[in-house]
Amino acid sequence: MAVADPIIASPSERHERLARTWSDGRGVYGWFTNVHHTTIGRRYMITSFLFFVLGGILAALIRLQLARPENHLLDPDKYNQIFTVHGSTMIFLFAVPMMYQAFGVYLVPLMVGARNIAFPRLAAFSYYIYVGGCLLLWGGLLLNIGADTGWFSYVTLSGPAFSPGKRVDFWAQMITFTELSALAVAVCLIVTIFKHRAPGMTLNRMPLLIWEKLVLSFMVIFAMPAVMLVSSMLLMDRTANTHFFNPAEGGDVLLYQHLFWFFGHPDVYIIFLPGAAIVSTLVTTFSRRHIFGYPGIVVATIATGFLGFGVWVHHMFATGLPQLSESFFTAATLMIVIPTAYQFFCWVATLWTGRPQLRLPMLWVGGFFFVFLIGGLSGLMLASVPVDQQVHDTFFVVAHFHYVLIGGAVFPMFGALYYWYPKIVGRMANETLARVHFWLFFIGFNLTFFTMHFLGLRGMPRRVYTYLPEMHWASLNLIATSGAIFMTAGVLVFLFNVFWSREKGPIATANPWGAGTLEWGVSSPPPPYNFLNIPIVSGREALWDDPPHQPVVSGLRDDVREMLLTNSLDAEPEGREEQPGPSIWPFVSAVVVSVVLIGSIFTLWAVVYGIVPIIITIVGWIWPTQREASQTRSHEKWSVAP
Amino acid sequence: MDRRPTFVMDVSDLPTIVFRERNPIFWGNVLYMTIEGAMFAMVFASYFYLRTRSTEWPPGVNPPYVWYGIANTLLLLISVLPARWIQLRARAGDLRGSRNGLLVLAAFGAVALIIRGFEFPALNCRWDTNAYGSMIWAMLILHTGHLLTEWVETLVMIAFASSSRMEGKRFPDFDVNSDYWYFVVGWVIVMNFVLYWAPRFL
Repeated sequence: MAVADPIIASPSERHERLARTWSDGRGVYGWFTNVHHTTIGRRYMITSFLFFVLGGILAALIRLQLARPENHLLDPDKYNQIFTVHGSTMIFLFAVPMMYQAFGVYLVPLMVGARNIAFPRLAAFSYYIYVGGCLLLWGGLLLNIGADTGWFSYVTLSGPAFSPGKRVDFWAQMITFTELSALAVAVCLIVTIFKHRAPGMTLNRMPLLIWEKLVLSFMVIFAMPAVMLVSSMLLMDRTANTHFFNPAEGGDVLLYQHLFWFFGHPDVYIIFLPGAAIVSTLVTTFSRRHIFGYPGIVVATIATGFLGFGVWVHHMFATGLPQLSESFFTAATLMIVIPTAYQFFCWVATLWTGRPQLRLPMLWVGGFFFVFLIGGLSGLMLASVPVDQQVHDTFFVVAHFHYVLIGGAVFPMFGALYYWYPKIVGRMANETLARVHFWLFFIGFNLTFFTMHFLGLRGMPRRVYTYLPEMHWASLNLIATSGAIFMTAGVLVFLFNVFWSREKGPIATANPWGAGTLEWGVSSPPPPYNFLNIPIVSGREALWDDPPHQPVVSGLRDDVREMLLTNSLDAEPEGREEQPGPSIWPFVSAVVVSVVLIGSIFTLWAVVYGIVPIIITIVGWIWPTQREASQTRSHEKWSVAP
Repeated sequence: MDRRPTFVMDVSDLPTIVFRERNPIFWGNVLYMTIEGAMFAMVFASYFYLRTRSTEWPPGVNPPYVWYGIANTLLLLISVLPARWIQLRARAGDLRGSRNGLLVLAAFGAVALIIRGFEFPALNCRWDTNAYGSMIWAMLILHTGHLLTEWVETLVMIAFASSSRMEGKRFPDFDVNSDYWYFVVGWVIVMNFVLYWAPRFL
């Protein structure tokens, strides 16, 4: 067997062999063939952050337009396109791809002690298809035919009667792209967590971030099909003369809202739960103790996953639903506070009983506590039907969901980016610049969005491109806009820091924060194979709990991409799997699927014509070369001899 | 791990060809079926939701003609037998048996697809007649998409089984292919009730 005996071979010899086996292709062609999770995860991070910046530029334009009454910086049509693409970008192209796909793909294999993600070619495909969605939505905007019916594109406004042309179709098909990407990543992550955990990492020793990714992946699996279905139905109403949402022919507009929010509300938790898991991770590391109430936090995460599916109707309180349903969904909405509050108390208890260190990433945890708490409290107010009716479609709601989403996702995201920056880049970020970034962003955020509560209470509706001076909303709007300038400056400082520290920052050690999870046990940045030896885990914080002479696994081949298979509950080894290497087919497949999906905006026959090319690319994807097949056959071993 | 390691567990004797829950592809397939199942469930829920919005059902058209649907469902129910046979032969590592089973399964799939071609006109309305028509066409197209996918997948499995590039790890793929076949058959039973019988009794 062509494998260096780990006990005899020197670590450097094994490093060379593993690096040769696991290195992805180089050059332009090689770029499109890469399948390692660290590469795909980094690409997700960079692309989704780019769209955070682009979405932020649109937000800045909205704020400039609203800075004074009767402003004509943007005309109504541009304004409609800009707020629609801003919302859609932030939800579909930034928040979910960053908080779920980017962190999930990059971190999960490292945190469970695996050499790669499960189904790496599917992970690569998910990235390209996500980029396809980004290009579609923004292509429309740049051609001045961007979607213009709001990020949820309610019918009948978005239907064929009131929105002719292709604008809404870009939005509807962008959903298919991005949700396909999230679903593919959900499959990869669940299987990585079920089958590739390092030996000893039983369910009750899984890091909380892994628990969260597991729950979240199941939420994605049950929520995303609803929005793919509803956007496809909308597309068919617009292109194939179906009548799903046409009341004149027995269709129903509320069916759209039910299906959309059956996805839409769980999506809020798909965005928030990663934030909560990041906070759990950071609080543990910087309190220098195991997290308080681990089993309870796991249960709270699972409970949030379930309850998240039972509250969607609170987005529809103003649609005249029966009072009984309204009461039920109010109760369900209030109930979801319980698991979230439980997590808050556990974090406080961990900090209280630990030896907290206010290192850089913890600033963002503090910001999260403050901002998300305010968002949660205004959420409690909105859960009450009478209050909701009063402030429905006003800036109060805009303030609420920005407190929840920026508090629950963007603050933890920045904390996470500073925390894992040394691992990803290999250098430490500049602390002074980072603190300037935090304070600019924190102050700017509160100036912008706290003010909006008052604007909402004074009756300023959402989605109006301007207002009259007599409404007396000008001063508050000006304050909100000034806050946006602070936030923009903060993000610019962050970007400067990222690029500057990449060249000039101090070299990072493997574990600069003294953290306990497995990713900190490998060099920064990780080698192409992640782990020289697969560790055997003996505690929840593997690096803190393991004995000094780390027990590890031997016997995995180093001349092929071999991964260890362990069972789902107790992570006991039960097999070995050879992973496929780099391939151009995921990219080709994504291009063909993109062409078919975009073609279907113009004619649904594109789906029929596209079947054969799609099949060809998928066969290319799984069909091995003669050499690969004979190599695999040469070392096959059956579980029971056939 | 880069901290001075102690080698305590040798995994070189572990198998590389494993079946069912030991194999990642089994879980991948289960999750794929869960995603598609969620999609089916929401299509059916939408159908019954639209039913509550109408006093007449089916609204202004005749219910679908049932016999093609019944014939197809019965055919697919029988096809479960070769699907099961493939699983047993694949787990025994029997290439010839697996390939023969796959050929029979592909034949069943081809006939089912042909009968499906007759089911569309038997719906007794077009997709653009009204919302009911849109819904039942969507339902049947969704299922046909799955039937077609599964049929093509079976053909690809046959290609593997007949190729010099056949590897042992394809046997678990044959096994999983049958799981997906059961999934397609399971939904055709549910769809049969919704599509053909619900308009007659609701």
